[in-house]
Parts: sequence; structure tokens; C-alpha cells
Amino acid sequence: MPQHIVQRYDDELKKLSTLIVQMGGLAESQLAAAVDAIVKRDSKLAEEVVQGDAKIDALRNQVDDFAIEMLARRQPMAADLRVIVAALRISSEIERIGDYAKNVGKRAVALNQAPLVRPVHAIPRMAALVQALIKDTLDAYITDDAAKADAVWARDEEVDDLYTSLFRELLTYMMEDPRSITPCTHLLFIAKNIERIGDHATNIAELIHYTVLGEMPKEDRPKGDDTAYAVVNVPGGQR
Amino acid sequence: MQNGTHNDLRQSEIEIKMVTRKVGVFYGEKQALYDVDLDIPARAVTALIGPSGCGKSTFLRCLNRMNDTIRDCRVVGDITLDKLDVYDSKVDVVQLRARVGMVFQKANPFPKSIYENVAYGPRIHGLAENTEHLDHIVETSLKQAGLWKEVGNRLQESGTGLSGGQQQRLCIARAIAVAPEVILMDEPCSALDPIATAHIEELMDELREQYTIVIVTHSMQQAARVSQKTAFFHLGNLVETDDTRVIFTNPKDERTQGYITGRFG
Repeated sequence: MPQHIVQRYDDELKKLSTLIVQMGGLAESQLAAAVDAIVKRDSKLAEEVVQGDAKIDALRNQVDDFAIEMLARRQPMAADLRVIVAALRISSEIERIGDYAKNVGKRAVALNQAPLVRPVHAIPRMAALVQALIKDTLDAYITDDAAKADAVWARDEEVDDLYTSLFRELLTYMMEDPRSITPCTHLLFIAKNIERIGDHATNIAELIHYTVLGEMPKEDRPKGDDTAYAVVNVPGGQR
Repeated sequence: MQNGTHNDLRQSEIEIKMVTRKVGVFYGEKQALYDVDLDIPARAVTALIGPSGCGKSTFLRCLNRMNDTIRDCRVVGDITLDKLDVYDSKVDVVQLRARVGMVFQKANPFPKSIYENVAYGPRIHGLAENTEHLDHIVETSLKQAGLWKEVGNRLQESGTGLSGGQQQRLCIARAIAVAPEVILMDEPCSALDPIATAHIEELMDELREQYTIVIVTHSMQQAARVSQKTAFFHLGNLVETDDTRVIFTNPKDERTQGYITGRFG
């Protein structure tokens, strides 16, 4: 887009997007560290993740204050208005992502005190998928690339599928061995948290679509999370 | 809001250029301004806002004694420019106005060439050593006013032949040419279209690195865009003054809140 006559206006918009990207990068690495803490059974690292969320919250306040100031002072119109309103909403989405990563960190501490269960192996796979979603969303944000944002939006279905299969696996596991219920329940919530992070990444992708094209995506997002209807029968339990 | 932005003035670095204490103005028997205490920060834009007749222009005109030209107008209180008492009887008003220049609502170029419009001030103040030096002053002033690109090749044409926005920038160049420290602007954009206004606003943003600017504006949106400090006047009183960010996001006084949100009773 051509520059504003008042150069400082462009500087401010740039600063706003820099803050968002900084926030997103932080959330992405919080998730990576939380999952690392699970894989390596590293409770110290998990604690660091829990503490680290405050940084994201602080950035979110900074984004919001700055965006509100820009609304008050610049009276933005059209594309500028969308950029600033989207920044306000994206900052809340990232803040939520941070909260989920923090919760994964908390559960990692609990998980590390319980015996190791096999379904843990699915977590890093799922997290890698979600991390890629966050990363691509941020790339789409920096480059104003609506097509890339739409691609992220569609890809979240893979995360949902993975979550559904893990859900079933965990239920089966718990039925087989009641001693695994504690770690498996934590794993279930961890998986759910990661799945929710994917949802927030798609929300951000929608907001990028809106910023660039001026309207929200029309179709409903393809969803693969069927766990709300899942029933697993107890082996030998049927009559 | 603890997160200051680059628009805020850093408390530790604020240098005060002009100070007013208990400034009041009378037109004959009628008092138009009451006890105004305001610190005007150096190298920043201070905006004076408020409804018509609130005293903001009257106050602005005190700062370089433009009110002296109005019969029956009496100014009380203290105004200093870097500790110089502006109303001291020993002060040469012409010298004072060279240090505290002014740009008016309606662009008022002299009916002379573009060159002469800018050269006039430095010439009468004896600021130029020779013709080349004067040429240099004219060029740099026009450049600073963002007008050189448009008029550099036609300096001998009449200043009154320029567009409204160009004329206003010519007046700013004319004000800059005598190397002022403070520039007072009285509604400098109210006769201009939005694009010409944006050019003046961009100019103010550049000029504030070097000059202290005080602007009176009816457009509080403009005040929000261009200034770092905002002072709100109402019925001859200075109601509230603060960082512009604070005035437009969280003013303390109900009257300020009412005015900037368009709820004034």
C-alpha cells in the first residue's frame, strides 16, 4: 500500500504489527517449551513456561493500549481501521494461546510425577502441527497474505483428526489399566489445550483474511473434532 | 497506562520553553481569560483546544504580544520565554516576534514573489550577510516547509498565485526564515482540504524536532494527530492539560470528556 503523507502514521502501524509478531513468536516458543518439558520430563522447564506467560500478557496490554491510542488519535479509516481492529482481536487470540501453553506447562509438572504412559508419543506430533499453524499464520500476517491465511485455516482439520484419534486411544488405555487414569487424564487435557491453540490460530487466520480482503471468510471451517460424540465401549462390557 | 509510546514526552527530558503564570486578558472591562498557568515544552507540539470563545486564540496571541495591537486589550500575569519576561517594557516587540513567529488561519502571503515573501524577514532583521546567504536561507526555509520541490524553479512568480495549501506552507517558510524558536499557529489548516492538511501536519511533525510549536485548532482530531501536549480551554479557563494520549483516551475533567466526545451541553 502507498505510504501515508504523515510518515509517523506508517511508523505507528509498523510498530503495532511488530508487537503482534513479537507476541506470536513468544506464544509459539512457549508451546514448544511446554511440549519439550513433557517429552524430556523436565519439570524445571515446565515451571519456566508457567512463569513465562506473564510476558505475553504484558505485551497484550501494550498492544491494546497502543491500538486504543491510535484509534483515538489517528481516526483510522478503511484498511487502516481494519488493521487496528484486527490487531486488538489478534492480541486477545494470542493471549489465549499463551494461556493454553501455560496450562500445558502446569500439567507437564503433574504428568512428570506419574508413571510414563505410551500415548505421550502423540503429543509432540500434534504440537508440531499446531506450531506450524502458528508460524504460518504469523508469516501470513507479516506479508498480508490472505491465501496463506486461508490455507492455515483449512489445515486445522488435521489437528482435529489427530486429537480425535488420541482421545480414543487414551480412553482405551484408561480402560485397560486404571493406574494410568491420572497421567492419561492430564494427557487428555494437554491434547485438548493444543487442539484449542490450533483453533485460535485459525481465528487469527480469519482476521488476516478480514484485514486484507475486508470481509470474514464466508464458508464454515472444515472441522474434524468428533470427540463430543465419542463413545468407547468397555471390552467385554457389552451384553 | 504505563506503556508510554513514542508520542509521549519523556518526563525526564522535558525542557520547558515558555511558562505562563496567572495570565489573564481583559478587553476593556470584560475579562476573556482567567489565571492561565501553562508550561510549554520545547521541541514539541502543544495544542490548544476548546469551543469558540473559550479564550484559546486570545491566549495564543499573548505569547508573542499580538494582543498589544488591539486597543483596550490588557494582559496581566507573567509570561516567560527561556526566563525572558515577555511583557517587560524593555523587550523589543519586533525582536520578540522574530523569536516567536506566527502563522495565521488564512494564508496571507505578501503580494510579492515567492522569493521575496521568504527573504523579507531575514532582510529586515539583517540575518543575511550577502545575496548568496539570503538565497541559501530562502532555499532551506522552503525546503523545511516542504515547498521547495514544488516552487524551486519558479521563485520569481507571485506568492499569491499558489494554491491555498502551498500559500500556507509559504507562510510557514516565511516564519521559519527568521530562525524563530517558537512558532504559533492559529488554525493553520481550517481553510485547507484534507490532503493539504495532511501535508501541513507532516510538516509540523518534522518541524517539532527543531522548533517549539503551539497550535490553536477547532479540530480536536487534528490536535489528537499532531500534538504531544493538549490544553483544553473553556469559558476563559484552562480546564485541563496533559499528554495528548491521556487527554484523548482518559481525560480527568468532565468538561474535557464532554467536549472531546461531542457531548457538550
